[in-house]
Amino acid sequence: MLVKIVLTLIVIMGALNLAGFLTWVERKQSAVIQDRIGANRARIFGLRLLGLFHPLADMIKLIMKEDFTPRLGHKTLHMLAPFISVFFALIAFAAIPIGDHLMLWGHPVSLQVSNMNVGLLYIFAVMSMGVYGVFLAGFSSNNNYSFLGGLRASSQMISYEITMGVSLIGIIMIYGSLNLQDLVQAQGHYWLSWIPQWGIFVQPVGFLLFMTAAMAETKRAPFDLPEGESEIIGYFVEYSGMKFGMFMLSDFLETVLAAALLATLFFGGWQIPYLFSDGFHFPWGGVWLIPQTGVALLGVLSFSLKIIFFCWFLMMVRWTLPRFRYDQLMRLGWKMMLPLALMNILVTGLIMVLLKEFIL
Amino acid sequence: MENDAAIGAYEYTCYRINNGFVKGIHLVNRKELTFLERIYIFEAFKGILITSTHFFKNIFLHTAHLLGFLKGQSAAVTIQYPDEKREYAPRLRTRHRLVQREDGSPRCVACMLCETVCPAKCIYIIAGEDPDPNIEKVAKKFDIDLGKCVYCGFCVEVCPEDAIRMDTQIMDIAAYSREEMLLDMDELLHPGSRKNG
Repeated sequence: MLVKIVLTLIVIMGALNLAGFLTWVERKQSAVIQDRIGANRARIFGLRLLGLFHPLADMIKLIMKEDFTPRLGHKTLHMLAPFISVFFALIAFAAIPIGDHLMLWGHPVSLQVSNMNVGLLYIFAVMSMGVYGVFLAGFSSNNNYSFLGGLRASSQMISYEITMGVSLIGIIMIYGSLNLQDLVQAQGHYWLSWIPQWGIFVQPVGFLLFMTAAMAETKRAPFDLPEGESEIIGYFVEYSGMKFGMFMLSDFLETVLAAALLATLFFGGWQIPYLFSDGFHFPWGGVWLIPQTGVALLGVLSFSLKIIFFCWFLMMVRWTLPRFRYDQLMRLGWKMMLPLALMNILVTGLIMVLLKEFIL
Repeated sequence: MENDAAIGAYEYTCYRINNGFVKGIHLVNRKELTFLERIYIFEAFKGILITSTHFFKNIFLHTAHLLGFLKGQSAAVTIQYPDEKREYAPRLRTRHRLVQREDGSPRCVACMLCETVCPAKCIYIIAGEDPDPNIEKVAKKFDIDLGKCVYCGFCVEVCPEDAIRMDTQIMDIAAYSREEMLLDMDELLHPGSRKNG
């Protein structure tokens, strides 16, 4: 029980800190891409550390700012909306396995906050609940523009949720499980004891579709037109101070979540190629034995690195592609990605049947 | 018009209305997107390739700078303003100064030309008598309100005595109140000094 609480704290703190850290990464990475230097002025005792204190300074600023509620807005809902956003972004991490079993004092401890059978369904359910935060924010602000922004955001999220769900059916069909731990373990097998059976090799189309849909789901560029802070009025115009900060935070949390999902479902989760439960067994014959604790910790490390890589990649996409227009967004979602996802299921099923009939 | 299909809708309308060849209309040959370009994925990856080249090149240079190598090659185009300033052109109109004679008295003879010509009405002069019989008047007070000044340089152009110039190269003139934006004669005579700076 105590171990579970510690694990929960580790996961929550890890996600929150990574999300806070991403605000710095976003500024610095965009600066580096655009040949600038980026935020580097915040300092403590003359120490600048490449501007690493900026998230801290932002936090202090946001907390000190006036917390404003529109006069005719719905006070309770206006208060509730950012909490709903952050809450549902956070609890989705419960189903994600951060590693294999760790042996502690002779007991195996699963490195997953909650090992549920329907982990994938749970994550989808929780992510769909995020729409409520967005919509209530627009609805309770008593502002037509933020109401429209809320409508835009919720219609976008609902449209892309469908593609996101459907694009994963291929994965579920092949690995035959909704349990994320099982999915990761299934990705530890090898073809010809050489190529790992990672989701990216099994379902390349599913990967592209899921990645695009996840980007749209997290409302980041090039799908950031519900927010579009600088040009379009989004659903959180009437928010200030830390409530606004919470919307931003849930944005980054969802980025981390999307990265974690991409790593779990398509890049083998905590798996490292050729690392088995007792050490490395290379296909070219080398064997390097590692104690079980080392293997588990290496798995956690590899999962963290994969998450960081995908966070980096999602940021890279954000600073590369221009924003879609609303009609382009809907066209892409409904007319291209959904049919492609359905086709993907069909083709996957066909190939599975053919493989079973003729080869095995 | 052999490239009829390639011209855009706007150009095509003009062409139809004027019935034939029209002078003065710039035809834009828009390239049709190929299939690979239209499915966007490859183009998106090409874009990411461009941004990541910048990213990795600059990260490499930044790391090299931290370790003390490749100082000559800049990783960013940023000028970190208060720490490093770019060189201004010598003719740039910057904060004003009053030119002194050899004995240290201001050259200004309080002719009021600059106060008259100033479009922003930011110069306030009060004239007084000079003990030297060769000089008729002298400025007893000479204030410039930088909060109003539009930096047109008319005062410099109009001055018959070359008494006022705008060549101090001082650009940061911020202050916390309107009163502090007022430059008095002492500050104008000694450009480095600023009471409220």
